[in-house]
Formats: sequence, structure tokens, C-alpha cells
Amino acid sequence: MADPILSVRDLVTYFRPEEGVVRAVDGASFDLYPGGTLGIVGESGCGKSVTARSILRIVDRPGEVESGEILLRRDDGGIVDLAKIDPRRREMRAIRGGDIGYVFQEPMSSLSAFYTIGNQLMEAVRLHRAVTTKEARQRAVELLQLVGIPRPEQRVDAYSFELSGGLRQRVMIALALAAEPRILIADEPTTALDVTTQAQILDLIRRIQDERRLAVILITHDMGVIAEMADTVAVMYLGKVVESGPVDAIFHAPRHPYTQALLRSIPSVLAEPRSRLATIAGSIPHPYARPEGCPFHPRCARSIAGVCDRTVPVVTKLDERHEVRCVLYGRPAEAAE
Amino acid sequence: MLAYILRRLWLGLVTVVAISIVSFVIIQLPPGDFVDAYISNLSASGSMVSQQEAQSLRQQYGLDRPVWVQYGKWMTKVIQGDFGMSMEWGRPVTEVIGDRLWLTIVVSIAAIILTWGIALPIGIFSAVRQYSIPDYAFTFVGFAGLAVPNFLLALIIMYFGFTLFDLKIGGLFSAEYQLAPWSYGKVGDLIAHLPLPALVLSLAGTAQLIRIMRANLLDELRRPYVTTARARGLAEWRVVLKYPVRAALNPFASTIGYLLPFVVSGSIVVSLVLSLPTVGPLLLRALIAQDMFLAGTIVLLLGVLTVIGTFLSDLILMWIDPRIRAGMHE
Repeated sequence: MADPILSVRDLVTYFRPEEGVVRAVDGASFDLYPGGTLGIVGESGCGKSVTARSILRIVDRPGEVESGEILLRRDDGGIVDLAKIDPRRREMRAIRGGDIGYVFQEPMSSLSAFYTIGNQLMEAVRLHRAVTTKEARQRAVELLQLVGIPRPEQRVDAYSFELSGGLRQRVMIALALAAEPRILIADEPTTALDVTTQAQILDLIRRIQDERRLAVILITHDMGVIAEMADTVAVMYLGKVVESGPVDAIFHAPRHPYTQALLRSIPSVLAEPRSRLATIAGSIPHPYARPEGCPFHPRCARSIAGVCDRTVPVVTKLDERHEVRCVLYGRPAEAAE
Repeated sequence: MLAYILRRLWLGLVTVVAISIVSFVIIQLPPGDFVDAYISNLSASGSMVSQQEAQSLRQQYGLDRPVWVQYGKWMTKVIQGDFGMSMEWGRPVTEVIGDRLWLTIVVSIAAIILTWGIALPIGIFSAVRQYSIPDYAFTFVGFAGLAVPNFLLALIIMYFGFTLFDLKIGGLFSAEYQLAPWSYGKVGDLIAHLPLPALVLSLAGTAQLIRIMRANLLDELRRPYVTTARARGLAEWRVVLKYPVRAALNPFASTIGYLLPFVVSGSIVVSLVLSLPTVGPLLLRALIAQDMFLAGTIVLLLGVLTVIGTFLSDLILMWIDPRIRAGMHE
């Protein structure tokens, strides 16, 4: 297997409002390979979006990347650690949009209503390419065409509020691709859309990915989307990756109790009629009231008293690519006295 | 679009007529009339006015006729451009207002430019650096500026100007230019006198505008389109100025409607304290003397300007906000 294009190692992003510390991302690690699709999955509030925003260093204040490495491999083979760059520097800005494009969850409010979509597209093009206004406009039209927007020559002068939700999300994808990045981060790109539009947007992302050899990080809470799109999966819980591996392994041989519970809670057409849908007991703890030990233990059916509530489990390698963070599969380092 | 504008114009016209009626009625409301006020004024200084004289004065000004006849006569003349005679000054109203109108406009526009020029950058800074020490400092100064009445500030500045710097502050002209005809010297004199009244007049407005701009911008800075712009690789200051500031400025277009009458009347009390030869103090005096035509003309002027200002705001909003333009095509 080729070297990863993006390697995140022990990423820690904390929010420090006056009331305390929110450990939004607390030691997340994963790899993204060229042309591959990494699905990051987890419940709301588990740190998926903050992880993605940390990569681009656009976490809103008072959030801050505290430690860890975000290693981006450049075309020439050189490696930069995005966690070490000052987020306001030109170098970081060139990576945003230039190397890594980002598609957001809310197509309704992610475009400014005061400028035409052409204006925003041309801005994105001209930020990263030295082209004339005319060329940038031509490029904007091509981008709209690429994402399957009908009549792009006219739509380029439209305002975002004149487009439907699906079309706006296509514009967002066009914006993210404006400077031909090698990585696309799609943060819940279909959550705000209706089901048929969801499928179209996912198809579009896959088509563009194939055409351009894009590496994609797809963030979602929808296991169905993961099954359809991803080739590797990272399951996150409270800021940590609790299990990661190839999509087949995750779906057919899930190891972490949280992954197993997530998979059980998918509605199935094969399920017994009138049976209740399985849910995960309890809810995500309050950000200020993090459980000791394994963060999942209060909701875990297989939690071991005296172990899971005391020690933080370490990562166990099950095989070459399948890793899990749970005491059931290996003794925690801290407990091995 | 044209239908929209025409509809606005028609509504504006109706409003102006309504304003003229209401202002006329309000001016008539206090007991007595100009002649009563005139008589009491004279008797205060010792001389008497006979019943007959009073009667003939009333006849001369038409004060003995019913209110609606007086209104009708006044409006017919107004439409012909004749605003009537000021009873107190004994000269045509247009002549009495005359120069004061232009001076008021000059002072007020200077105040507005100062207000916006100071408040908008500070408001933007305060929002972008929320809860920083300068933000707290500006917030403190802003609230102080809101709380201190303008006339009090004017008095304080005059006092310190006089005691510390031996400056006679007040008025818009030096004594030698007061009654002189317009000349380059007089214009220069005006420019030299302008900054202080403009500063005092702009203070409360500045404080208020800082708060509004800060609040508007804080709302906008949290919107997803700001993060999107950042994720494209746009420099931070360009992100802020192009997207959220643009959105935060939008509501200000609708305040132009209230600015226009302010431009003409100015701040009455501050103008009085600083003895500025502007329209505000004139209106106050006309109302005290029950000088109907003068007061009526000024009030009518303010009303008409409010309507024109609102109409202009609508046009400007239409021009700068694509969402409103789009709404009209439907």
C-alpha cells in the first residue's frame, strides 16, 4: 500500500471557554490514502467535525489544536505538519482550498447571500491560481458543469438563495474543488438534504473522486452512507478513535462494543416486524462531565467494573489495518503494573 | 420593480398629506394662539394691547376662522411655494429659515460622517476581538457616551475650553463674521468652528452605533458562510470585511430614513447650548411663541424629509440586498 497522503497522529483539540475545558478531540489518529475514502463515523458531539476542522486549522475560538501531528504529504514527497503551522500564515491559507477542499453540512447558510455564486467561485479560483477575471469566470462555469448544475453559464450569476438545497450543495462542492485540491473533506454533506438528493450528492462525490483521484474524508453519523462510500472507517467516540479498519472488517467483524452497538441500531428491512429498533443505552455525557477510564464504559454492555472505569484503554492491533481501543482485546498499558 | 417604486411613491404622498394635517392640528392644540402669546409677552414687559388690536391681529392672520379653513388656506399657499409669514419675525418663513437650513445641513453631515467614521471601525474591531481588553475599553466608553446627555457634554467641553484654554466655544462663526455676507473668510471661519459641535453632536450616535455594529457583526461572524470563506483559504481580514461586515452593514441602510430629518433639525438642545444658528432652536422658539406658520413649515419639512428618507432607504436596500431584488420578481 502507498504512503498515506494525510496522517493524523494523536490529535488533541480542546475548547477552553471560561467554564472549563471541553476535550473535543482527545487523541485521534487515522490515515488517508491517495484515492481512498476514509469514513469518520460517530454520534453527534463525538468530535468528528472538530477533527476535520482541526486539519484545516479553522476551529472556532476558543478551540485550539493542543498537540499531535497532522502530516500532509505534498506532491514532491515533502511532508508538512499542519499542527505546527500558525493558522494565520499564508502557508496554511494556501493549503486550505489549495490542497484540501472542505464541504460543509449546511448548504443553506454556507454561501453568502450578498454575492453571486460566480463571485464566490471566482474568488476561490483566484486565491490559488494566477488567472485573469475572465479566465476565472470561465473556470467557474466549468466547475458548475463538473458538479452537474444545468445551464452553468446562467447559474454562475445566480445568488445562492435562488437555488435548491441540492444545487447549493453542488455549488459547495464546486467551491471546494475550485483550486483542484488532492483531498476533499466532506463534513456531513448530505445531512441537510432529502433522501433522493442525498444519493445524487454521494454519486457526484464518488464520480469526481474517480475522475480526479481525490482522497476523501467523509464525515457522517449514517452507517449506510459509510457502507456505500468508504473503504476505511474510523469510529469516533468522545474525541477518540475507538475502532478503525477496512469497511468490510468494521461491518462484518466489529470488535469495539460501541461499533457493535452502532451497527445494531441501523434499521433493517430484514428485521422482525414490530420489533423495537436497538438503541445505544444512555446518551453522550455532558462535555464537562467526562467519565473516568474508557469514555464509553457507562453505556457499555460489556464494561468490566474496576477496569473500564479506572484505566484508559490503549490501541490494540488486531491485524495489519484493523485496530481497536478496548480492554477486551488487550491489556491496557496503565493496568499492567 | 417600477410598480413597486410607484406604489412606494404614492404611499409616501399620502403619508405627507397625513403628516401635514397632524402637524397642523398639533400646533393648534395648546390653548390660546399666537396673539395670546404675543399679548402675554407684551404685558410682561409692561405694555398693554387692547381688545380691538388683538381682534384685528387675529383677523390679519386669519386666526378667527375655523381650523380646517386655516389649514386649507395654508396648504393652498404651500403648494404654490408660499409658506406664509412668520408672525413673530414679521418676515416670510422661507427667509427666516434661510441660511439656518444650510448651516444645519453642514453641521449635521459633519456629525454623521464623524459618527460613522469613528463608530464603524471600532464596532468591527470590538466584534472581531470580542472580550479583549480594547473591546472592554470601547464598551465602557460606549456606555458612558450613551449615558451622558449630549448637552451636558457640550456644557462640560465649553467650561473646560473656557477655563483651561481660554476658548470661547459656541456658535458657528466668530463675532466679526456673524452678520457679514458670505466670503471665503467666512467659510474658513465656519470650517474652524465646525469640529467641536460636530464632535458633540456625534458622540451619542457614535456610542450607539458601536454597540449596534458590534452586535450585528457578532451575529454574522458565527454564521457558517464565514467558516466556508476561511476554508477556501481567504485571509482573515478579507473574510471579515467581504462577508460578515457586508451583511452587518445592511441594516444601516434602513436607518437613512431617520438620518435625513436629523440632518435638518439637528439636535435641538445641544444646538441651543452651543448657540448654533441652526433650525433646531428656531423650531423651539416658534413653538413657544405659537408662531404657527414657521413651526408648521419646519414640522412639515421634517415630516416630508422622513418620508423621502424612508423612500431612499427602500431604494438603497433594493440596490444593495439581492434578496429584496429577488423577492420583487416573484
